[in-house]
Amino acid sequence: MSQTIVDYSVPSMWRDALDGVRDALPVLMAIVPFAAVFGALAREAGFSFGDVMIASATIYAGASQYVMLELWGTQAPAWSIVLSVFVVNFRHILYSAAIGRRFTRLSPLKKTLAFFLLTDPQFATAERRMVTHGSIAPAYYFGYGLSLYTVWMISNALGALFGALIEDPAAFGFDFILPLYFVGLALGFRTRPNFVVIMLASGCASLLAYVSVGSPWHITVGGLAGLVLAAALSKPDDAVPLVEPSETAEPGRGGLNV
Amino acid sequence: MSDLVLLVLACAVATYVTRAGGFLILSRFGRIHHRVEAALDAVPAAVLTALVAPALINRGLAETLAVVIAALVALRFSLTVTVAIGLSAVVGLRAVGL
Repeated sequence: MSQTIVDYSVPSMWRDALDGVRDALPVLMAIVPFAAVFGALAREAGFSFGDVMIASATIYAGASQYVMLELWGTQAPAWSIVLSVFVVNFRHILYSAAIGRRFTRLSPLKKTLAFFLLTDPQFATAERRMVTHGSIAPAYYFGYGLSLYTVWMISNALGALFGALIEDPAAFGFDFILPLYFVGLALGFRTRPNFVVIMLASGCASLLAYVSVGSPWHITVGGLAGLVLAAALSKPDDAVPLVEPSETAEPGRGGLNV
Repeated sequence: MSDLVLLVLACAVATYVTRAGGFLILSRFGRIHHRVEAALDAVPAAVLTALVAPALINRGLAETLAVVIAALVALRFSLTVTVAIGLSAVVGLRAVGL
């Protein structure tokens, strides 16, 4: 792990923020059609323009919103809709536990906001930053997150207003950007202990769950298979290089700092 | 407030609970066992792999090949290059009818 000392001068903060925006660019192309289609479908299902905006602004989770929309259309009881949303997002509990270790020195307000922005690409990119830079500057995290959030909201609005004009996203392969992005991100963790076997275990368990119980359980089952294996293979020294216990960490190292 | 807005807000709360919940549970423990630490370090690789795995089997040959190509490219090049080449591959392979 690098010995980066985070510099709090303004240029460094801007550099981190710009890094965050730059790293968001490839995923923004995927978010535009994903969000626009949600806007269009929600209007079709009877949401007002304001309802669409409130949903995207407060939920800010593609899978949650699509599940909510789908079940709302089937007249399912409200409690079952909320429960389904919780289940499709279950993997975020793992994200939150993993990345929360980097948030220890964030102010309560920033921590609250940081968890609100914790999407799949946000989590994976922030953890990737930890691998490449040894720390996650708050400006980087929020530069990335607010780029996604802004584009998410604008695309939703455009979809809700002009949904009928959306062309088939598959024509340009946009429907497949997210899987490709996740593949690239996943391989960015290949320096971590037992990467290959963890990936194999998660991949196989995910496929088994996918063909047997079905979506979205493959995510939780596959993810947990990898975690159980990682825990089983762990030796007491393995964890040390990646995260320092906070009492020995120097200020500015090993996590988000404010 | 309409029933729909109430439902939306309940879904927002459910989503936020998952996003903050893991941290809230973990922060109740003072010291983290090395096995838990190792499991948490494995979260990105494990969950991303689990998310993507069905893309290998549930679309078509073009998509399966594009995932494999993207994985190979990712071993050498940046994320942007990976996505760009993977995307070109999927569009190209679909165009030739795979």
